[in-house]
Amino acid sequence: MHEWALAESILTAAVEESKKEKIKKITQINIALGELQQIENDIFRFALNEITKEQDKIFKKTKFLIKKEKSILKCKNCENTWSFSDMKKKLSKDEEESIHFIPEVALVHARCPSCGSPDFEITTGRGVSITRIKGEK
Amino acid sequence: MDARTSVIEKRLSKIKRIISVSSGKGGVGKSLVAASLALSLSKKGYKVGLLDLDIYGPSSHIILGVDDFSFPEEEKGILPPMVSGIKFMSIVYFTQDKPAPLRGTEITNVIIEILAITQWGSLDYLIIDMPPGIGDETLDVIRLVKKSEYLVVSTPSRVALGAVDKLLNILKELKLPIIGIVENMKTNDSTLIKYYSKGKNFKYLGSISFDSSLEDAIGFPNKLINTGFMKDFKKIKEKIV
Repeated sequence: MHEWALAESILTAAVEESKKEKIKKITQINIALGELQQIENDIFRFALNEITKEQDKIFKKTKFLIKKEKSILKCKNCENTWSFSDMKKKLSKDEEESIHFIPEVALVHARCPSCGSPDFEITTGRGVSITRIKGEK
Repeated sequence: MDARTSVIEKRLSKIKRIISVSSGKGGVGKSLVAASLALSLSKKGYKVGLLDLDIYGPSSHIILGVDDFSFPEEEKGILPPMVSGIKFMSIVYFTQDKPAPLRGTEITNVIIEILAITQWGSLDYLIIDMPPGIGDETLDVIRLVKKSEYLVVSTPSRVALGAVDKLLNILKELKLPIIGIVENMKTNDSTLIKYYSKGKNFKYLGSISFDSSLEDAIGFPNKLINTGFMKDFKKIKEKIV
């Protein structure tokens, strides 16, 4: 599963950030899972737990608050907005999976449902990100 | 915050040398130089990876004859498929070779994602096939792949050199390691690139003569290895390794 690599990136970034803030124990990490990347909450949590087991004390007390983030796609040509769930029906299984690996390939496999333009942007709900870190100094 | 950039250094940590094959100008043979470098190093017994970062016009897969765009295997990330003894990664595995009409922000996101999830493991060399110019991809490699060295390709044309000079100036200004300049598609006794290199104090690595039979070897790494192009390139390679 490639979710492992993304979970690892969250934890590496959290450690980096904690060092900057002189945090000794991370008590909470809020994580957003963008709809476009279609990452399952359970799989992601499993990866986080497995990696933190191997890590040092900084993650001993860490709670992971994982929230799904709705996607908004916006056409630069006609300004129409839509979501990944709106366009999912038109995608093949392989196209959906490509977007799971690299969300930007949505612009390769999909078009604006209103004007057909490939020139749209991912406004929100792209992929995995940290929204908040709490810790003890 | 975007967490992905933090893990990139770790993904590249077991790679001894990273060489980005670059040029200010398109069509000078960067992809051929990158693929030839990767193939010849692999033949010598080195562990080699080739990463095509030309998102708009990927061509390394054409040179290597890759036409199976199945998803790479997953193992704590994605594993670059083995192609002719080289670990190979390209956007084509996710676009199925369709056009990628992406703007700068998306290009940067694609590059970050590929660098964050690709598990190269330990390599002697990672060769990066760069797109032309000094835009997003070049700036992203400079920002994210700190230990990259730069191999610059030009043709003996003042038009090409005009753009190549700009790339070299930026690399020099940023004090990045420039391995040297490869002169490709040489058809006459032009001394343009040689004198330019000397005047600007860049290492001139040598020239590759225009090889009219090269096109027949595209897509066939075994044929490529025996071309006149490769014969000339081998002398240059010795100065890189």
